[in-house]
Amino acid sequence: MTQSIAELGQLERRAAWRAKILPAIGIILFLVIWEVAVRLLNIASYLLPPPTEVLVMIVEHFDALLKHSGVTAYEMLLGYFMAIAVAVPLAILTTASRSFDNFITPIILFFQTVPKIALAPLFLVWFGVGTLPKVLVAFLISFFPIIIDTAVGLRSISPEMIDLARSMGASNFQIFTRFRLPTSLPYMFSGLKVGATLAVVGAVVGEFVGADKGLGYMLLVTNSNLQTALMFGVIVALTIQGLLLFYIVQFLENILIPWHITVRSGQEHGTL
Amino acid sequence: MAEPFIRLRNVEKQYLTRNGIVLAVEKVNFDIYESEFVAIVGPSGCGKTTILKMIAGLIPYTLGEITIAGKLVNRPQINLGIIFQDSVLLDWRDVLDNVLLQIDIRNLDRKEYEPKALELLRDVGLDGFEHKKPYELSGGMKQRVSICRGLVHDPPLLLMDEPFGSLDALTREQISMDIQHLWMEKRKTALLITHSIPEAVLLADRVVVMTPRPGRVAEIIDIDLPRPRRLDRLPEEFNEYTGHIRGIFQDSGVLHLE
Repeated sequence: MTQSIAELGQLERRAAWRAKILPAIGIILFLVIWEVAVRLLNIASYLLPPPTEVLVMIVEHFDALLKHSGVTAYEMLLGYFMAIAVAVPLAILTTASRSFDNFITPIILFFQTVPKIALAPLFLVWFGVGTLPKVLVAFLISFFPIIIDTAVGLRSISPEMIDLARSMGASNFQIFTRFRLPTSLPYMFSGLKVGATLAVVGAVVGEFVGADKGLGYMLLVTNSNLQTALMFGVIVALTIQGLLLFYIVQFLENILIPWHITVRSGQEHGTL
Repeated sequence: MAEPFIRLRNVEKQYLTRNGIVLAVEKVNFDIYESEFVAIVGPSGCGKTTILKMIAGLIPYTLGEITIAGKLVNRPQINLGIIFQDSVLLDWRDVLDNVLLQIDIRNLDRKEYEPKALELLRDVGLDGFEHKKPYELSGGMKQRVSICRGLVHDPPLLLMDEPFGSLDALTREQISMDIQHLWMEKRKTALLITHSIPEAVLLADRVVVMTPRPGRVAEIIDIDLPRPRRLDRLPEEFNEYTGHIRGIFQDSGVLHLE
């Protein structure tokens, strides 16, 4: 079988077009089937509202959704940035000093094994219904993947690379900044991405336990009022929030480590 | 004869393992003279890489003495270039910047060395690839970049730790020719670690044959063949040298040819 370059080009263009259009078709198809099934089977709206009703609710309660989103986003981001600010330096210290690693790692592991959701009521007792307990849950839950992946990344440098650096007369500081830290970035970013999706979970869990604002609070209120369509709207808002943070982190990753294989294959196929 | 450039006197390396002390290298003595190309050939576990790392000051030796240009080796040596089995390029730097890494870390003048880097890259057939990233190169090309990086600062000594180890057969031949060409041009003191008998004989002025458990020098052989040596025009003596080295390995139980 022969294949001309022109044919090959056409095939590639078609493949690129498919990669763009198919996900959209998938989502639209899913929504259409949902809508049709709910209407045909006469499912009660308080059990499963059709997507159009959810959309109407989102438009109607847009201001409230926006206000509560702001609260949750603030808690989520604060917790997330705190997790980065604590986890990354700790990971650096654990790789720099074996004694510190032996000292801190069991403690970190202990806190990871404790279900964070179980700590949320305790935080309520300690810190009241304000912002702090939500930030703390978001912090705790996104902390672990960031510190683990960063530490793994910092340790992933090959011994030859360090030998090479030493033969060039590199100082310990140069070895860290010029060799070890850049090598760790791909690992660090996979931790940052997992952490980003978890931070939103943490903020909502914190609000579930006790809050008077935020999307988690709104979820509880709409739930007890059987406003299921609006509840779906809240879920949509939460998803958008998590996705936004995730894609911002991924965007930074694309800028900072365009040389890494995960980023390169991502550009070609549009997958995670 | 002149003073040796590198001198190893009764060098021993012991490792402490869970099963006690392991003697990795036992009482090694040899010299490398300036502008000489020496190869150490031996099977895995004979301590040849350990010797290279001890000369480079990257690991300490247990007993004996190593000197380079009369100075005792007791810390990482920086007046040299090293080529490893893996090219260890930095993924985030392009080819030229990987070569110039050597210059950046040493705080030398980048402008002064950039023409040298480009010339070296041309010498190994990489002109036009200066701004490619390592992931766009084949294994052989990456190894050539690492050779340029080892030479760009014009060091008096080049250490090569199985530089062909992870390459395919044809690339190995090409890169060994590249190394011979660069060595004849620059006449740097060179130490090549290899497990390939033909490669050692092809490139070296002298071959140090090592046997394992514990690693010790079995014999040091002068290779008296004219240069440039070409793989397609190997003289009869070439096979005599390789045959002799094979004989040493056979006698010590490393090779069983029967």
